[in-house]
Amino acid sequence: MSAHHADTTAHAAHHGHDDGHESGHSPSTLKGYLTGFVLSVILTAIPFALVMFKAFDNAGTTAAVILAFAAVQIVVHMVYFLHMNGKSEGGWTLLALVFTLMLVVITLSGSLWVMYHLNHNMMPAAATHDMRKMP
Amino acid sequence: MSDITASSIHGGVGAAAGARFHVSGEHHPESGTLLGFWLYLMSDCLVFACLFAAYGVLGRSYAAGPTGADLFDLPMVAVNTSLLLLSSITYGFAVLEMQRRRLRPVLAWLAVTGLLGAGFISLELYEFAHLIHEGAGPQRSAFLSSFFTLVGTHGLHVSFGIVWLITLMVQVGKHGLIAENRRRLMCLSMFWHFLDVVWIGVFTFVYLMGVLP
Amino acid sequence: MNHLDMQSLILGRLTWDAIPFHEPILLATFIGVALGGVALLVALTYFRLWGPLWRDWITSIDHKKIGIMYIVLGLVMLLRGFSDAIMMRAQQAIAFGDAVGFLPPHHYDQVFTAHGVIMIFFVAMPLVTGLMNFVVPLQIGARDVSFPFLNNFSFWMTAFGAGLVMMSLFVGEFARTGWLAYPPLSGIAFSPDVGVDYYIWSLQIAGVGTLLSGVNLIATIVKMRAPGMTLMKMPVFTWTALCTNVLIVAAFPVLTAVLALLSLDRYVGTNFFTNDLGGNAMMYVNLIWIWGHPEVYILVLPAFGIFSEVVATFCGKRLFGYASMVYATVVITILSYLVWLHHFFTMGSGASVNSFFGITTMIISIPTGAKIFNWLFTMYRGRIRFELPMLWTVGFMITFVIGGMTGVLLAVPPADFVLHNSLFLIAHFHNVIIGGVLFGLLAGITYWFPKAFGYKLDPFWGKCSFWFWQIGFFFAFMPLYVLGLMGVTRRLSHFDDPSLQIWFQIAAFGAALIALGILSFIIQLVVSFVRRESLRDTTGDPWNGRTLEWSTASPPPAYNFAFTPLVHDNDAWHDMKANGYVRPLDGFIPIHMPKNTGAGFVIAALSAVCGFALIWHMWLLAGAGFAALLAAVIVHTFNYQRDFHIPADEVVRTEGERTRLLLAGHV
Repeated sequence: MSAHHADTTAHAAHHGHDDGHESGHSPSTLKGYLTGFVLSVILTAIPFALVMFKAFDNAGTTAAVILAFAAVQIVVHMVYFLHMNGKSEGGWTLLALVFTLMLVVITLSGSLWVMYHLNHNMMPAAATHDMRKMP
Repeated sequence: MSDITASSIHGGVGAAAGARFHVSGEHHPESGTLLGFWLYLMSDCLVFACLFAAYGVLGRSYAAGPTGADLFDLPMVAVNTSLLLLSSITYGFAVLEMQRRRLRPVLAWLAVTGLLGAGFISLELYEFAHLIHEGAGPQRSAFLSSFFTLVGTHGLHVSFGIVWLITLMVQVGKHGLIAENRRRLMCLSMFWHFLDVVWIGVFTFVYLMGVLP
Repeated sequence: MNHLDMQSLILGRLTWDAIPFHEPILLATFIGVALGGVALLVALTYFRLWGPLWRDWITSIDHKKIGIMYIVLGLVMLLRGFSDAIMMRAQQAIAFGDAVGFLPPHHYDQVFTAHGVIMIFFVAMPLVTGLMNFVVPLQIGARDVSFPFLNNFSFWMTAFGAGLVMMSLFVGEFARTGWLAYPPLSGIAFSPDVGVDYYIWSLQIAGVGTLLSGVNLIATIVKMRAPGMTLMKMPVFTWTALCTNVLIVAAFPVLTAVLALLSLDRYVGTNFFTNDLGGNAMMYVNLIWIWGHPEVYILVLPAFGIFSEVVATFCGKRLFGYASMVYATVVITILSYLVWLHHFFTMGSGASVNSFFGITTMIISIPTGAKIFNWLFTMYRGRIRFELPMLWTVGFMITFVIGGMTGVLLAVPPADFVLHNSLFLIAHFHNVIIGGVLFGLLAGITYWFPKAFGYKLDPFWGKCSFWFWQIGFFFAFMPLYVLGLMGVTRRLSHFDDPSLQIWFQIAAFGAALIALGILSFIIQLVVSFVRRESLRDTTGDPWNGRTLEWSTASPPPAYNFAFTPLVHDNDAWHDMKANGYVRPLDGFIPIHMPKNTGAGFVIAALSAVCGFALIWHMWLLAGAGFAALLAAVIVHTFNYQRDFHIPADEVVRTEGERTRLLLAGHV
């Protein structure tokens, strides 16, 4: 890549001070950014449209669909903008991400599960009544 | 060179083994900056996870006050989302110019990114002020507390990002695109894109789902 | 009116009432501390030590110096935390029936809160962080950590966090909520005073330091290992350090977030954890324990690592089952995120939730058990030398296993329904923390002390300390198991049933023995210093160690290794000694090192000012402090000259000095 050549000629004297081209960081490309951008626009527009135009009768279905779109768009951002791959930093970047995602899932689902049960058992009125009508 | 000296003076059994156990020249370990910053971002991800969890648990506790459906202005949120997404791509352009070592275009794209970010924050501040004016401030209910905190924390991060961006612009203007500055630009790049990722979660989980019954 | 407005604008809610003139214990403590402090300042001035103190220690980015400072901080705070313990034991030994003791509830509640906060955050964490900081770069053959400036900054954030807690003794008061400050008690309605705010800000400030230190050590272990040292050739202590720091990076953000939500409730009036307007206090309990359980593994994993090193060294054998030790550590790291609800089985989540977490809690004891077996198998048929570190290790094995078993007992939800928040729980966690963490830290300090200071610790006083601690522990905590089974609740300052008193008196006797243990440790430090020439370590390898830190001088030079080591096998130093390693005597080159800086100290000090101002609602000062903080950080980023080279002839001189010492030792 031309960017890489410029790097080596301009900084031949410096060793060990790369600009992120070491350890598997692939250089960014215009094509990559534009692809990511276009995909993101589409993946944003659709969920907004689904909600604003009430495409599904069932709120649950809508929720599930837009969450799925969000998950896909996050992957798009990771790949095209954050250059997520298995080689970066010897695989440690991906490992850190996977571990973090696992913990995010545990924190979110664990908290929702535990708190639902606590609320249901300890505040039964709250769980069954419509909160909009409660003082 | 240096290992020849060591072995020539101490010839014998130990010598060859001695050279085998150390690196005779200068040893430069790899820079940990990008990995370290990524790890920090992962920890920031977990802070947001807690705020999302709090919103998930408390997000329907309206306390007989206004709900998401009552309050959220989805067209404005769409505009905000576009501003942030655009700022991500303009930062990307700055990185491309950085790879080509072109100083002025880098500064120009950074400036555009900063302006788009400032636009995002301004709209958000306007939204908050409007809600507070309507009596729907963070003290009104647990739903509003968690809304303001989650969205506000994201906004705080973007604001810090803008301060960082301005500082970096000054430093790049002063020292040029030296290795240290390029590393810093890559760190800010990760930060900026990460904030856009969090925003995907915010507009989906808070705004879009908050409007649903 | 103007005068009053001016005062509250600048001083917030800080008034003369905040100083405890009418509390004799506090007044006496303050006078003692003030006198001691003045004496220290006078001595520093008289011996002209301010310059060296600033240049060589406060601004140092050397991981060895920072590690030592962390340990000094931890040991000093141990004295404060233990004084709280002695006060509690004394109060509980005498306050029966009509006798009310000497600590009214208002004061007693602060004592047990401070005891917990200090022991976990400002004793155990700094001691653990200090040891990891000192040892890990040496064990992996590196010159320093990945981010030396950040390391210094992290230390000062922790130290200033401790400073804020200490300030609460003399200006205002501390929280009365217990060490985890559950709302609604810790909310603004029920704790409107400064206590909980001291708690929040000291922990938030220290928490930033800890989190950054976690990032630092992970990057160091991933990126800076000597060539040839693959992950599966790392020393076990480095493995446990890696997993510990992963836990830190993964858990501390949760603490930061929860405390931030609590502070929003207190400062802004939000409703996260209030009783009304939709708040849910249980969400705090849920989130804080998602942090809290990994936290205890952050404390104990390094201790397990220390024991692995000590057992291998003092049995003269390679550690049994290296791979299974590594896998066990990784499994514990992951599983520690799946057990948190066992801290609140009784809060009503129901049978399905409780059984899930009860089962995961029991599963997590298995890898720990595997580690114990590996240590025992290492000892089997080894040539065991009962030096001090080994003594602490054997004490750990017996004590910790008992604590672990009571833990598995508590993991059964129906049993926990009887024992939750009883003295049985208190006995259990002290059992594992003292038996596991503290004994491990003392083993580690004794083991690596000669490396840090060039002389061993006096064995006689060390043995005294060990036996007082070991026997004292049993007298202090076994009665608590009995009391807990009988139904006695924790955190009580007075009891009506006189038949319980004998158990508390035995516990107080145990505490007195532990006090003697701590005293013996202090005497050990002093005596060792006085006798240091007779305890001198000239070789750098006083225990016939197996890992790379023992290949350096004691203490190591600033650059650690004149040449980066090349690693071929586990127990790299043992491998070198067994295969004819000869220390290179020349060919030295200039060494690239980071520069000292005062920026970390300044930024941390400004954070503390900001924290103090927020506690006392001094909004002007808080705003100004925060602005200054931001400015200081930005100014620091403009400093691009952060390193220098140690010239080759200085390296020649230092290495020549070591050669002399080695030859002298041989005679």
